[in-house]
Amino acid sequence: MINEIISMNGYGLYVWSAFSFTLISFGSLFLLTKLQLLKEQKKFVYKFGSLSTKKIRAAKKQYINKEILLGTLNSKI
Amino acid sequence: MLKSFEPNQIFLITSRAPKYVLFLFIIVLSIGLIEALILSPEDYKQSHSVRIMYVHVPSAWISLGIFSIISFLSLSIFVFKNKNFSLISKSLAPSGFVFSIIALVTGAIWGKPTWGTWWAWDARITSMLILALFYSIYLLSWRIFENKEQVIKITSIIAILGFINVPIVKFSVDWWSTLHQASSVNILSKTSIHPTMLIPLAIMTAAFALFSLLIFLMKYNTELIKIKNKGLDRL
Repeated sequence: MINEIISMNGYGLYVWSAFSFTLISFGSLFLLTKLQLLKEQKKFVYKFGSLSTKKIRAAKKQYINKEILLGTLNSKI
Repeated sequence: MLKSFEPNQIFLITSRAPKYVLFLFIIVLSIGLIEALILSPEDYKQSHSVRIMYVHVPSAWISLGIFSIISFLSLSIFVFKNKNFSLISKSLAPSGFVFSIIALVTGAIWGKPTWGTWWAWDARITSMLILALFYSIYLLSWRIFENKEQVIKITSIIAILGFINVPIVKFSVDWWSTLHQASSVNILSKTSIHPTMLIPLAIMTAAFALFSLLIFLMKYNTELIKIKNKGLDRL
C-alpha cells in the first residue's frame, strides 16, 4: 500500500516533486513574509520606545499605533 | 463606502485575522492533500500523473484571479484616487507571483510524462509565462522607484496593461491549436471532470485561496507598519 502511494505506477517522482515544490514555495513565502513583518514590528517598537513622553502621548492618540504595539506583544504568527 | 477602505479600518481586521486563517488553511490543506494524493482515483489515460492537476490548476486559477483583482484596483486608483488600493495591490502581488511560478513549474513536471517534454512554446504556456513576467515587473517596480506618486502610477499602468494578457491565458486553448488540453472545469457550460476528481480540486483551490489570503494579510500589515514607522519619524 505505502509502496504503491510512493511509486504511483512509475509517476511518483513527477507527482511528489510537483507537490514538494508547491509546499516548499508556500513555506518559503510564508517565512519571508513573516520575517519582514517581524522586522517592521521590531523597528516600530524600537522607534516608539525612543520617543519622548510628549511624543508617545501624541502617537498613542492614533488608534492604529496602539494596535501595532498590542499585536507585537501578542504576535503568535 | 470608500471609508471602509481606510487603512485604520482594515488594520482592525488584518491584525487579528492571520492566526485564524492559518489555522483554517492547515486544516483545509491537510484534507486536500489526503484527497489529492490518496483518495482520488487515477485517470484511465494519464494514470497517477493526473494528481499534479490538484496543485497545477488551482495555482493557475489563483494567479490569474489575483492579477485580475490587482488590475481592477489599479484602474480604481485612477478613478477614486484612493491610495490604499495600491497598498492592497502591492500586498496581493507576492502570492500571485508565487502561484504563477508554481503553475509553470508543476505544468512542466506534468508535461514530461504526458507530452514527453518539459516545455513547449504553445499559446497557453507562453501566455502564462508572460503573466509571471508581468508579476515580476510589477514587483520590481515597487523596489526600483522611490517616488511614491511615481511608483503608484507606474505599477498601476503595468497592472492595467498586463490585464490584456489575462483573457489570452484563459481562452488561448480555444483560440489556437495548443499542446495544452482545453479546460475541463467550466462555470457556464458543462464540466467534463468526474466529481471524485472535482471535489479534491475544489478543496485544494480553497486551501490555496486561504494561503493567498494569509500572505496578503501579513504583507498588508507589514506595509502599514512601514508607513507608521515613517510617521513616528515625523513626530
